[in-house]
Amino acid sequence: MKGIFEASLAIAHGVRLSRPQVIPMYPITPQTHIVERLADMINDGDLDAEMIHVESEHSACSALIGSVAAGSRSFTATASQGLAYMYEILPIISGLRLPAVMAVANRSLSAPLNIWNDHADAVSARDQGWIQLWAESSQEALDSVIQAVKISEDRGVLLPVMVNLDGFTLSHVWEPVDIPEQKEVDKFLPKFKFDFVLDPNKPVSIGNVATPDTFMEFRELQEKAMQDSRVVVKKVNDDYKKAFGRGYGDGLLELYEMKDAEFAVIGMGTLCGTARVAVDNLRKKGIKAGLIKLRCLRPFPEEELVKVTKNLKGLGVLDRHISLGFEGPLYTDIKSSLYGKNDLQVNSYIAGLGGRDIKVGHIEKALTDLTKGSGGGWLK
Amino acid sequence: MAEMIMGLPKDEHFASGHRACAGCAEVLSIRHILKAAGKNTIVVSSTGCMEVISSQYPSTAWRVPWIHGAFQNAPAIASGVDRALKAQGRRDGVNLIVIAGDGASFDIGLGSLSGALERGHKFTYIATDNEAYMNTGIQRSGATFPYAATTTSPAGKKIHGKQEPKKPLPFIVAAHGIKYVATTTPSNLIDLNKKTKKALAIDGPSFIHNLNTCPLGWRSDPAQSISLMKVAVQTTVAPIYEIEDGVLKLNQRIENRKPVEEYLKSQGRFKHLSPEEVKKVQEYVDERYNFLLENDGKKLFDVLF
Repeated sequence: MKGIFEASLAIAHGVRLSRPQVIPMYPITPQTHIVERLADMINDGDLDAEMIHVESEHSACSALIGSVAAGSRSFTATASQGLAYMYEILPIISGLRLPAVMAVANRSLSAPLNIWNDHADAVSARDQGWIQLWAESSQEALDSVIQAVKISEDRGVLLPVMVNLDGFTLSHVWEPVDIPEQKEVDKFLPKFKFDFVLDPNKPVSIGNVATPDTFMEFRELQEKAMQDSRVVVKKVNDDYKKAFGRGYGDGLLELYEMKDAEFAVIGMGTLCGTARVAVDNLRKKGIKAGLIKLRCLRPFPEEELVKVTKNLKGLGVLDRHISLGFEGPLYTDIKSSLYGKNDLQVNSYIAGLGGRDIKVGHIEKALTDLTKGSGGGWLK
Repeated sequence: MAEMIMGLPKDEHFASGHRACAGCAEVLSIRHILKAAGKNTIVVSSTGCMEVISSQYPSTAWRVPWIHGAFQNAPAIASGVDRALKAQGRRDGVNLIVIAGDGASFDIGLGSLSGALERGHKFTYIATDNEAYMNTGIQRSGATFPYAATTTSPAGKKIHGKQEPKKPLPFIVAAHGIKYVATTTPSNLIDLNKKTKKALAIDGPSFIHNLNTCPLGWRSDPAQSISLMKVAVQTTVAPIYEIEDGVLKLNQRIENRKPVEEYLKSQGRFKHLSPEEVKKVQEYVDERYNFLLENDGKKLFDVLF
């Protein structure tokens, strides 16, 4: 079904098509439209799932632990302070190796209180063992939810996946979206099957204490699963492309005008849409500009990044968050990935905090800076 | 039918060899709660002594399916389990029990508990109360008994132990409109057994307040843990009652109340008390018990679930 839909509704359709059995939810701006549409679907009988109206985000994540451990595919969504409130539970879900999917309508962290988009919430949570996908469009948000379920439940992965979409600038935007048919999604997504389920006929203990003798081994296994999940993210994206005719680069990075590019920008989310226009404008002026869209923040596509930047002269990193007292977190990750491999100028830009617009001109500036061998700083 | 000893099932669902202290009353309570529940049970634990002593990888004391997430979220985890089982059509016949200490129940997890009660999930919440954060080293909680010395409410020269009353959790829970609230101690295992079964039979949330001696935190003789619980009942420090369909029912009307001093004197946590403070504790205990006596048999709460 093709139509013009709000991204939040597109996400809700992605969830519906994934057939979750349990949806714990707690409202927070700008995630609300996602859970409202899911509530509509459940109450209209279009989605056969149990919604748990929890009293906090902390409990939303906790209920997710219970429902997945009891053997049900489960989904939740949050944003900003809500994700911060979930923080304690995020590494418990990933540490318990529970597959689950959560959408995050990215929003700044208070104070000052601000309900608009930046990436402080999810980027701050990058170390908590969740695979993180970042969507540029409504279509990608929907497709990413379905992909996320498959990635998360892969037997070699068994890690939770966060699907990020920019608050308001994507969550509340109406765009053309192609909603897949249920029978097609059913073919793509097998029924939830999880081996370690709370069942009196086969008792298991979940969430035990690990002493210094065993704790590191658990983390090592988790890290291996995270590293290995790159292959799964790629494969699921490829399979999705075969099944539905749509994919997003190699699943980890999506490239725009990168074949002969000399200067490029890299970023996540909706700013990539703006960057495409900036790249086109500079190409018209004869500058060989390009865009690298970082779709998967964790696991970080280190090797892939080295490969695509091989022939670049300069790269501008667009961070919608800042690690206060240091620099943009993407900038840190990217420099670290390229260190000792590719020798190119890498500029750091902090942009779009608290919903400040990132305009075409900002990105054109970042690209032209590179041609002059200068630049970096705050784009305001 | 399981073989019975003194009216209690012989089956064990909580294995020996766990790491609880000698004289821990709480672990005895859990053992008997599981005897009453039987094997078709799923347990959700909060972080705390009972979780730590029972689950050190690669061992487990739990012979029933068991899950632990964090300190304050056991009721929320149980909410997820409840709805998942329902969605899968395997909810019937499975007991869902939350076991959480007083720190988790009275303090940090009160919101999570309140939410799960308000949503009307079918589960039984057992608040195993030993009146302080024992797992972290005997710190004061909202359940700590007045004047008790803990490591964060010490018996100082100026301030003598905890200065505040105990949070009335069973009444707070009952005010949510749930069908069954009860108090019990392991000094009467038949009572514990019956109340557990009664709670599990409720089609909705149910709650048991289970006071337990902690010899380490209370500085009491580990060999006397159960006797001390008996004294707690006889002095009315631990009133034994049920709130069923909103109606208060004192299960044991203590006619000849023992002076509270008998309870206090065998515990190091109260040894700093002056005679005047002992008198104040007596008044506090009497006031609470008289309230229960006055309201015995009365409907105190509307029932919503």
